[in-house]
Amino acid sequence: MITLLFLSSGLFLGWSLGANDAANIFGTAVGTRMVRFRTAAILGSIFVIIGAVVQGAGASHTLGELGKVSTLAAAFTVALAAALTVFWMTRLSLPVSTSQAIVGAIIGWNFYTNSPTDVGVLTKIVSTWVSGPILGGIFAVLLFMLLQLATRKAKLHLLYKDALVRVGLLLIGAFGAYSLGANNIANVMGVFTDAVHFPEIHIGWLVISGKQQLFFVGGVAIAIGIITYSKHVMETVGNTLMPLTPEAALVVVLAQAMVLFIFSSQSLSNAVASIGLPAIPLVPVSSSQVVIGAIIGIGLYKGGREIKLNILGSISLGWIATPIAAGILSFFMLFFVNNVFKQDVGSNLIENLIIKEISTHKPPASPVVDTMGLMDPLDLVKHVGTPKTVPAPTHHHTIYWVIGILAFMTLASLLFLWNRWMKKKKQWLSQIKQLKETHQQQLDAIQKKLTERNAIQEDMDKELKFRQNEMTTMAMNIIHKNEFLNDLKKEILTIKGKMKDPESRHNLNKLTLMVSQNISIDRDREKFQLHVDEQNTRFLQLLIEKFPAMTENEKRLATLLRLNLSSKEIASILNISPKSVEMNRYRLRKKLGVPGDVGLTEFIREL
Amino acid sequence: MSLLFKNAKQLVLQIDEFINTVEQGILVFKEGVLNYVNHDKDLFADKIATIDRLEATADKLQRQIDDEFYRHSLLPQNINDIESMLDRMDELIDISKDNLYQFALEIPFLPESIRDDYKRLTNTSVEAALCVIPAVRTYFREPVKVRDMLSKVYFYEKETDKISRSIKRKVFHEMHDLDLAQKIHLRYFALHIETISDKAEGLADVLSIMALKLNI
Repeated sequence: MITLLFLSSGLFLGWSLGANDAANIFGTAVGTRMVRFRTAAILGSIFVIIGAVVQGAGASHTLGELGKVSTLAAAFTVALAAALTVFWMTRLSLPVSTSQAIVGAIIGWNFYTNSPTDVGVLTKIVSTWVSGPILGGIFAVLLFMLLQLATRKAKLHLLYKDALVRVGLLLIGAFGAYSLGANNIANVMGVFTDAVHFPEIHIGWLVISGKQQLFFVGGVAIAIGIITYSKHVMETVGNTLMPLTPEAALVVVLAQAMVLFIFSSQSLSNAVASIGLPAIPLVPVSSSQVVIGAIIGIGLYKGGREIKLNILGSISLGWIATPIAAGILSFFMLFFVNNVFKQDVGSNLIENLIIKEISTHKPPASPVVDTMGLMDPLDLVKHVGTPKTVPAPTHHHTIYWVIGILAFMTLASLLFLWNRWMKKKKQWLSQIKQLKETHQQQLDAIQKKLTERNAIQEDMDKELKFRQNEMTTMAMNIIHKNEFLNDLKKEILTIKGKMKDPESRHNLNKLTLMVSQNISIDRDREKFQLHVDEQNTRFLQLLIEKFPAMTENEKRLATLLRLNLSSKEIASILNISPKSVEMNRYRLRKKLGVPGDVGLTEFIREL
Repeated sequence: MSLLFKNAKQLVLQIDEFINTVEQGILVFKEGVLNYVNHDKDLFADKIATIDRLEATADKLQRQIDDEFYRHSLLPQNINDIESMLDRMDELIDISKDNLYQFALEIPFLPESIRDDYKRLTNTSVEAALCVIPAVRTYFREPVKVRDMLSKVYFYEKETDKISRSIKRKVFHEMHDLDLAQKIHLRYFALHIETISDKAEGLADVLSIMALKLNI
């Protein structure tokens, strides 16, 4: 149980590796809907575990050479430091790799425990960080050329090609997952190999070593990462970071898988060494960086127009910043675990110093030195006396100087990055704020104008309605009055017909004449016409401008039509017959050139 | 895996059948117009029936192809382009059928002096459409060669335009014994026949871009 608890940091690292790096293998295949996520996840999980168990030992051994993290607490702390570095740098959107983080964290442990860091091994590891992406690029170009040639030669139907690419994505994806498990399991479980010892399991002829069991656990953690979280990464980061065609994805994934396989295959390394060539170093490399190398390789092959070279700068920054950050974090966390939780994090610093002193000051034949490897360090301390008696070596100060300088450099670079990020953030925020303010101001101004316009429009509408009502009332008055006068005239004429008295008939004639005059020369009508003219000044001006040949009568008719009065009502106002109004309307229509499908009243009202 | 290839094979056959149907439809249109011009009424009626059947088959096949593509999410990167290309091909046979029906319904009067011009117009316009068909087939197998195959389409389209213009000129400037209505009717039929080559040109444009996208 305690072992599992201490393994948790490595398992977390494995989970995050599965969640992030599965997108490098199946991101495009799933993103382009060539392969279902379920299929990809199942296949990826199985082959990651197989790769880790079968071929995980090589890269893990190299990490062990860099630093033998011998206790469980130390391994836990180192893995946790690497995991936190990856998590933190990912949050800051900085390029990060688990491989580089774990190497940095192990070096941090070396510094803390004063264990020597093998410069040769370190050089070997760092050289693969550079050569991995380059090799990925070379492989990608070669494979791409091969694919192009094969496509041209085969002349396959697009649909057969599509089917082949699907199968290829699955097979190469499986190989990619196998290589990822084989190479990157060292990042997840490498630090635990010297601290955790499971007993061997024998199943018939099959013997599963303790290391393989450990790698199986790590592989399962990666598989859980793939199943639980990689879909999200594939959908968000996978496609936006590198949108590839399925064919290009096939090439990129195969190139990546080949590089990871090369840097994790013991048999291949031995085969190369057997023919007299230098053995291939078995080192965990960053799958993301190999993928980037492969994409850049294809880009360069195609003419180099689509390449964003600043990504190379980001990778280089990752090579330096990640191990330094992980190393420092690991150092301080080890100090904390060692001094606060009183956990043994490996060889004690002072004990190491003593051992060194002994090995340098005592002759090699001394029994103390001869038994050193077999003795408990505490016995050793007792044997050689208390640390107080040991003079402080100058080497001790040098280490602290180196740590100090590295810490300063890391802090400076992190501060620089933090500052840059904050500046960018501030800039974005201020831009967004400014944009929002401008939009708000524009919105307010538009709103204000709209309100004003609406108010004016409302007033005008009211005024218009009032005027129209006034005019209509006047018109109706005239109509009623004229109707009344006409009725009166008819009545008078009826009475006149019945009258025999000449004087009365004369008087009635006078009365009829008066009524007739009142109908034709109506002051009300004149007043109304004046009123109408006054109210329609602009309309009349427009009429004159547009149709200069219009007569006064036509203008009058137009203004009355604008009031939406019927022909009968107009006839009453103008004291003419409705038929004449109709004729006048027809002529007006001709003069104004009103199209056949448009009503005259609508035409006039829209003027 | 075998299911994957079986689906692909089935779809390849369907696409080939669809292209064949469209090609036959265009050829039937050509023969139909020539029959009309030559007053072969029975043959013309037969062509109408044939193109009707071919158009229905093309529609059915297109729907089946659509279904297959989406059901198995085949060629997800190119599906939209291919759908648009098949639409345009279907449009070719649709227009051929519509045009043939126009002849059957409106029965345009074609004077003897202009019949040969109409035959030439039909042959050239149909030739443009027939030249785009192999390019469609090639798109699926050798997209690199598609662009080279399209130059003929553009050539025949331009030729069709020229013949159509000359017909219109002849009708309106030289044939004074025709009524204006007859002239306008003849112009419309020149336009109908010309549409085939215009649509073929549109398809060629789409195909050219699609091939370029595949070759990048």
